[in-house]
Amino acid sequence: MATSEDTGNRKTHDEEPIASPLFGSCPIPIFEHKQIVLGHGSGGKLTSDLIDKIFLPAFRNPVLDKLDDQAVVTIGGARLAFTTDSFVVTPIFFPGGDIGRLAVHGTVNDLAMSGAQPLYLSAAFILEEGLPVDDLRRVVESMRVAAADAGVQFVTGDTKVVDRGKGDQIFITTTGIGVIGDGVNISADRAQPGDAILLSGYLGDHGMAIMSQREGLEFEGAIESDCASLNGLVAAMLATPSATGGDFIHCLRDPTRGGAATTLNEIAKRAGVGMMLHQPSIPVRESVQGACEVLGLDPLYVANEGKLLAIVRPEMAGAVLRSMREHPLGREAAIIGQVVADHPGMVLMKTGIGGTRVLDVMFGEQLPRIC
Amino acid sequence: MKYLDEYRDGDVAARIVAEMRRIQTRPWVLMEVCGGQTHSIVKNGLDQLLPEGVELVHGPGCPVCVTPLEMIDRAHAIARLPNVIFCSFGDMLRVPGSDGDLFTIKSEGGDVRVVYSPLDCLKIARANPAKQVVFFAIGFETTAPANAMLAWRAREEKLNNVSLLVSHVLVPPALEAILASPENRVQGFLGPGHVCAVMGYGEYLPISANYKVPIVITGFEPLDILEGVLMTVKQLEEGRAVVENQYSRILDQTGNLPAQKLIGKVFEVSDRKWRGIGTIPHSGYRLRQEFAAHDAEKLFDVADILTLEPEICISGEILRGIKKPHDCPAFATLCDPQHPLGATMVSAEGACAAYYAYGRHLKPQGAGKLHQIAPDLAPASAGAALVSGGRA
Amino acid sequence: MCLAIPGKVIDTYDQNGLRMARVQFGGITREACLEYVPETKTGEYVLVHVGFAISKVDEAEAERTYQALKELDQLSELESPFVEDFQDSDTAVLIPPAKGSSGNEIP
Repeated sequence: MATSEDTGNRKTHDEEPIASPLFGSCPIPIFEHKQIVLGHGSGGKLTSDLIDKIFLPAFRNPVLDKLDDQAVVTIGGARLAFTTDSFVVTPIFFPGGDIGRLAVHGTVNDLAMSGAQPLYLSAAFILEEGLPVDDLRRVVESMRVAAADAGVQFVTGDTKVVDRGKGDQIFITTTGIGVIGDGVNISADRAQPGDAILLSGYLGDHGMAIMSQREGLEFEGAIESDCASLNGLVAAMLATPSATGGDFIHCLRDPTRGGAATTLNEIAKRAGVGMMLHQPSIPVRESVQGACEVLGLDPLYVANEGKLLAIVRPEMAGAVLRSMREHPLGREAAIIGQVVADHPGMVLMKTGIGGTRVLDVMFGEQLPRIC
Repeated sequence: MKYLDEYRDGDVAARIVAEMRRIQTRPWVLMEVCGGQTHSIVKNGLDQLLPEGVELVHGPGCPVCVTPLEMIDRAHAIARLPNVIFCSFGDMLRVPGSDGDLFTIKSEGGDVRVVYSPLDCLKIARANPAKQVVFFAIGFETTAPANAMLAWRAREEKLNNVSLLVSHVLVPPALEAILASPENRVQGFLGPGHVCAVMGYGEYLPISANYKVPIVITGFEPLDILEGVLMTVKQLEEGRAVVENQYSRILDQTGNLPAQKLIGKVFEVSDRKWRGIGTIPHSGYRLRQEFAAHDAEKLFDVADILTLEPEICISGEILRGIKKPHDCPAFATLCDPQHPLGATMVSAEGACAAYYAYGRHLKPQGAGKLHQIAPDLAPASAGAALVSGGRA
Repeated sequence: MCLAIPGKVIDTYDQNGLRMARVQFGGITREACLEYVPETKTGEYVLVHVGFAISKVDEAEAERTYQALKELDQLSELESPFVEDFQDSDTAVLIPPAKGSSGNEIP
């Protein structure tokens, strides 16, 4: 149905009669990707599209289908959490961390989000020809410190080198294994109406720390990545005294790429529940808020690397919040909303001004805007 | 943040709305002109706070939405050229042309860069003397001073590898086009605050007088918009029709004279095609002849672009405030931000995109009163398909 | 249009023949071009759009107009848009009411 504009053959919308048949023979231009675009890696809708359309059909099985950040498998009576992750962040050194530190904490956190005690990690390095060895040394030292902090060990690894220009300095791929204790049953599909939604602290630190280094978007101001291992915080939360045992934490997720909004949407869809958030309760640092305002970004969609969201039985919400606030990584923890039975799969938010809005999943990369 | 946070105060918002309720005696239809205002309204749920009968329709103030498809295709063709570094504001990156968007072009090997300020292009040009740096200069009058400075400095510094692809649009002619339409329902306008910070609001006086409509130049924060609505409703209730300035902490009638001066040296008014509306005379800017060496439209001969505009799309009617996103059967079914069919869904700020992102759980006021193509249209639910076979 | 944010000028200087400033936005600082508001002094607030200050904030006018807004009477007998309480008493989850609250109550 394409016609050249110059011939003037095409009717403008002004001229078309309102009652025109809508569903005629005009093919709808469906926009489908023939090549991978950056948005496919952003953690938002494009990423989940890729998973749904390419990976799941090929690899489908009951464990994978749960699409949690880690797989929970039972081997010889022991329940293990098993995860993999890859790290491609640029720049490799950023305020508050580096790619190595991120690799350790990111992997540990994937395990911790199932309530597992993380134990062993592997690391595979893809190094670009020309990478200064001192940089590698710095990254590895950083990993050593992070692993010690988290109480995990690197037990195996691999190294490859690719030609200059084919590898963006360093890529790190990890796997991790942890053990899940009895009575711990944490998974996205366990969220239930009435549950409280808890957030462990300030949103947006990591993503904005990275953004502050991007060419043209630089700004000064101490925004540092919040990169940290959360297994200690999770252990403290699980240990909250309760009459009914450890079953009061239904879900845990760390809001990495795509931010808290995307993560909550994933849980909502997985569990078939709705959510109602309360914007004034959501903690954001002033500096992160300022940077987001200037660039037109929303902290709810910015990546975090040292925060978790917890969906908790309502009667235990207060006690778990107290446990979090007593832990160094949960000092600014807050109850930010509630799981509801209405609008399943959709996350809504009450704004500070009193209105309600939908908090959608992120589509592709969040980009600075001028409008 | 000073001069921002206090304009988001829920208590004061309640006061403004209470005052609105006190004075309102009849239904009124208002339009906020600017896409940034639309964004703020839907993002904060402001339209839910308004009294029953005060209806907001969303105007064409989204420069991304109204950029013609041919211009986008032209931009994409230039971005694909091997020697070009194509620079753009983030807003334009995901706007699909007839074949892909700037992201797909990047994935195919095009050098596409997001810039925050047009001045960044000067830095890029100095660092890459062998490449052609092309900047996609879209926007309303608000962005014209920045784009003008880029062209001006490029010429001053003799940076001959910098050029601009200009698609500037102006608000007052669009306002007149809306008011002149026989289908117009809009009785009062929230004028574009940041456009007027640059241009002043002198141009709106004759429009208000000729069409007898109140125009209140309004800011963007929730309290600004609520106060702008209050002032407009007050005029309508009192039978007045003048231009008032809600955003007085930022602008006055004159606007920014140094900015206007440079705009005048770099740009001249021209006819412009608005996507979904058509050509509006004297509604845009183009580079003056003296800047031909930096005019990408003249420098790059990208001919034979075939543009494909979906017929289902009612963007034109939405941009003119005649329909709302929920009136379109394709809204949130066939058409969503991932598969946008038209102008108002492609930009994060277009009315359809804003409603999809923030408000698709609601039916906005006034939707029930408008002529409906599909009377049984339910509020959008993901996965519903109105065409047999759904979408791929 | 569009996205322009007010910030405080903390430093002014010349660069590449253009008058520039470092502007502070609630905790971060960015560069902006002052060519369109050249008389701006350190400590004053400007409105910045795509790296350009396009207007100065008239602080006295801001104060005056904001006061006027605050003095609008909130008549209690009219339905307030904030009547709807966020707290769902059935589930006993402690979520603060929508208006004006920033903290969380722990039982």
